[in-house]
Amino acid sequence: MTPRWKVFVIAGLAMAVLAAAIYFPILRRRVRRAARLQQQSEVQARRELIQPVAVNPADPRVKTSLFWASDAGDSTLAPVTVELPLSRDPVPRSKQVLNTLLAGPVDAELRTLPPDAVLLGFYLLPDGTAIADFSEALATSIPSGIVSEQLAVDSITRTLEANVPQVQRLKILIHGQEAETLAGHLDLTGAFAVRSRQAQLPASQPLTAPSSEKPAVPTSDKPPASATGKLTPDKGPGKLSQPERKS
Amino acid sequence: MLLDVGNIVRIRLLSLFGTLSVVFTGAAMVVSSPAPSQTQQPAPGTPPPANPPAASPQGGMAGSAASPFSGQPQQGGLNIVVLDPAHGGTDPGARGTGGIRESDIVLDFAMQVRRALELQGFQVVQTRQGNEDPSFDDRSATANAQRGAVFITLHVSSTGLPGTVRVYVNSDLPPVTNANGLIPWDRAQAPFLGLSRKFGDLVQGLLAQRFKGSPDTSQTASVRQLRTTAAPAIAVEISSVTVDDRAQLDRMAPGVADAIARGTAAFKPTYIVPNVPGGLP
Ligand SMILES: [Zn+2]
Repeated sequence: MTPRWKVFVIAGLAMAVLAAAIYFPILRRRVRRAARLQQQSEVQARRELIQPVAVNPADPRVKTSLFWASDAGDSTLAPVTVELPLSRDPVPRSKQVLNTLLAGPVDAELRTLPPDAVLLGFYLLPDGTAIADFSEALATSIPSGIVSEQLAVDSITRTLEANVPQVQRLKILIHGQEAETLAGHLDLTGAFAVRSRQAQLPASQPLTAPSSEKPAVPTSDKPPASATGKLTPDKGPGKLSQPERKS
Repeated sequence: MLLDVGNIVRIRLLSLFGTLSVVFTGAAMVVSSPAPSQTQQPAPGTPPPANPPAASPQGGMAGSAASPFSGQPQQGGLNIVVLDPAHGGTDPGARGTGGIRESDIVLDFAMQVRRALELQGFQVVQTRQGNEDPSFDDRSATANAQRGAVFITLHVSSTGLPGTVRVYVNSDLPPVTNANGLIPWDRAQAPFLGLSRKFGDLVQGLLAQRFKGSPDTSQTASVRQLRTTAAPAIAVEISSVTVDDRAQLDRMAPGVADAIARGTAAFKPTYIVPNVPGGLP
């Protein structure tokens, strides 16, 4: 290598070192900022999570029914009764109950919800519609399939039904967003009925005759009067006096 | 000090490589962006349906009395089955540890179900032929554009007793009110629930005879695919992708196909076909 070349190479390397020396602190600052942001959101999420389960010594201990799978590999639910200190206020009460459900049963085989899923928020509207916001893991960690996804939703709605009388129906959000499905099958665009129909719609009996409950004869295959009525919202917004069938 | 400089240079180079690889990945993505899939075409090798699927879907407007598609005279009521191999494309559906993908299995099942249905004299329209992923609405629209069709969506689950099959009918959902006061009705399946239940029970009964441990009657579930379908519609879910050997699932295909075909044939006389495609029963 001629001395001229050496000079060129050394000059080039020196320039690269110089550029790197300028860039390195910027890079380090960015990495630190990203780490700090992540830490913050983690702390935030934990705060959200811990708040609802905080035990208030004044809360009375009550029998709480939690719906987990009745048998491993089975697609039915069975209630497990435990004594928990539960708030009388429906929102913290729902959070306490759902966090216990998420924590899972003693036998992990009987879980209905993924162990890494967390409840991010819970809201209750005056009309009895509850909104439960779960972390992304509820959708990404659950086994995909109609049977597994329906079991997960049923365990949530039946546990709320058994323990929080104020909740009439439930809307599920994933990380604050409306999702089309839970994991490719179960419809999350609507709200799930939580209260049993008898308790909920005593005055709308004529409406609660969906075509599925009619006698199985061909001549009855005309739409029920309510079917066409469903498409004309003459009852005004916010009034949810539609037939709700428990799944 | 020298070591430090070396590290700095390495970091610089690494970041340069990072930038380059991002650029290359971006370019590759642009090149390989998928072409729009054709999902509503009947399978090659079969005659086109008497009522070709309309180009513009009705969007599942079950209650619309004035349909743009006036009913053409058609003999014999129910004669079209819209078969939906679920998932596909970037959505593999349920995945087993042994590499079994729901989206692949249902496509193979659909071939056998199709053959069995054609032997019963039905015309079959598939929502997808290969590894595409039409939207839920596109799949429903394939059925909603037909007159005298039933809709069957095929699935393989992640759970449940292996070797069993369950038929699902949509459960009724209470509506939600938007902020603007409109009820997003999107409930095309609602007027068909009774028929779907009847259809589902017929197919489930035949499946239960063949696959021990399966339920005797159809189940209800809030299946997204069924909600927007304006036809008697069922989901058939086979358990499960957790089998050690794919052959265990393959062996179930003829039985599933036969039960679906015979169940559909048994349902045919009870279905009084509406005058317009996607119309009320
Ligand atoms: Zn599926």
